[in-house]
Amino acid sequence: MQTIYAIIEFLLPFEAFEWTFMKNALLAILLLTPLLALLGTMAVNQQMAFFSDALGHSALTGIGLGIVLGLSSDLLAMLVFGVVWAILICRIKQTGAASTDTVISVFSSTSVAAGLLILSRGGGFAKYSSLLVGDVLAVTPQDLLWLLIALVCGVILWAAMYNQLLLSSINPALSRTRGIRVKLVECAFVVLVAVAVMLSIKWVGVMLINALLILPAAAARNVARSSRQHAVISVVLALLCGFAGLVSSYAWDTTVGAAIVLWAAACYFISLGLRRFIR
Amino acid sequence: MSAQCSLCRIALEDVSVVRGGQTPLQDVSMHIHCGQLTVLIGQNGAGKTTLIRSLLGEIPHGGAIRHVDDEGREVPRLRTGYVPQHLLFDKEMPVTVEDFLAAAFSRRPVWTGVSHKTREKVQSALAAVDGAELARRPLGRCSGGEIQRVLLALAIHPTPDLLVLDEPVSGVDQNGLKMFLDTVMRLKEQHHMAILLVSHDLNLVRQYADHVALLDKSVLIQGTPDAVYASPEFQMIFGVGARNLHSTRIHGAGRWTPRVSSEPTEEEVNE
Repeated sequence: MQTIYAIIEFLLPFEAFEWTFMKNALLAILLLTPLLALLGTMAVNQQMAFFSDALGHSALTGIGLGIVLGLSSDLLAMLVFGVVWAILICRIKQTGAASTDTVISVFSSTSVAAGLLILSRGGGFAKYSSLLVGDVLAVTPQDLLWLLIALVCGVILWAAMYNQLLLSSINPALSRTRGIRVKLVECAFVVLVAVAVMLSIKWVGVMLINALLILPAAAARNVARSSRQHAVISVVLALLCGFAGLVSSYAWDTTVGAAIVLWAAACYFISLGLRRFIR
Repeated sequence: MSAQCSLCRIALEDVSVVRGGQTPLQDVSMHIHCGQLTVLIGQNGAGKTTLIRSLLGEIPHGGAIRHVDDEGREVPRLRTGYVPQHLLFDKEMPVTVEDFLAAAFSRRPVWTGVSHKTREKVQSALAAVDGAELARRPLGRCSGGEIQRVLLALAIHPTPDLLVLDEPVSGVDQNGLKMFLDTVMRLKEQHHMAILLVSHDLNLVRQYADHVALLDKSVLIQGTPDAVYASPEFQMIFGVGARNLHSTRIHGAGRWTPRVSSEPTEEEVNE
């Protein structure tokens, strides 16, 4: 860890990065934004922005249920609940019983309400309000290790399912004739998104997590022509915005998540303007 | 049957489909021969799309679909290539034709790039359908006819036993359609594959088909295009005037199609 800190101090000889918490936060951002940005490319292409938003909200219920059931780990409760929730939404979507955005809205409201109900019992919601905005400055070296493992596993899984997912998103019937198990691949993707979101929520917060998933990918989509460009631009934007957000939040003394998201939003609007000239 | 009739065929025997209390297909029996273009015609709701979905294994069906090889032996596996009616995808999606084909041809995730070997494979697949210039183009920028050719390139790699073309006429102009069908005919000769085409274009059917089957829940009549077009069944479905279509068609007047374009297609109704 000391070596990594030394490298950061060498590369970034600024006052802000003399603090260990800033170095940890920087590493956390470098670890959690790329996976979200990669997954985001498909979430945007499949018009799942609303879905991932609902998924983020379900973290509240996950934590609430964890408390009710007496689980020691918030993260475990969020992960299990998030995955179950994701599969449920995915299955209902696949049966085509109701309009997708209606289904998602119902799930989203239910999970937010249930989460608030449990967490506010006895008037104590204030102590959970950090969940809403997150705090990447509180990340520890132990957490960083977990984020690294998540990043590596996430990228491997993502690489394994990408081609099948791409074909499925273009034409399910065609994909099935090529031996792709479309429903399984879709659910696997949704579960991967759920896990990535839950692992990041403590640091970014329920309210902003979806922006990290969607904004870099949406901005990249405006200027990319191919899958590769989409992925590369999305990841680069996410890393740059993460860095810019961290530095500017230090300078302005604001919350980090919001600063990152605003940078990403700025990138989106710029890309929207560039789109006509590039694509 | 004609002289080119070989033993190699996909045989449908009493194929029926029951869905939601209705019977869109009842006892369909027909042979789709290798090296022949078999065309399925019929009005909306006649069960053409349902039959295709049964062939592709998308929906459960009664009866049997058997694949018989040149020696008359039954082959357990039926490899189908499929060109869907249309590609309803997000036109703004940053995916090039090369990405799309490479995703199907190789296991390497296309966001990491396309290997040299895969790129060559994509190029040769596109060249086979006269689409070599399409590789770098975003999929959403291709015209209807170009997309059909890309889909055809995909459907014939790996070479299928049965190539199913679901009405590749919609959204494609007359030139594009002729070009597409000429490519299909060339593939038919080269690979001796069985081809099933669903078409509403009765003129082109007459020009290209080796075998025509008129469907209305079951096969009303099948045979050579001329025989089917002259039949009372054909006139019952398409009207008396339709039999002389080919001879009376005014050049440039567009194609005669019995379908009203504002009606939802069978596929859309089913889904």
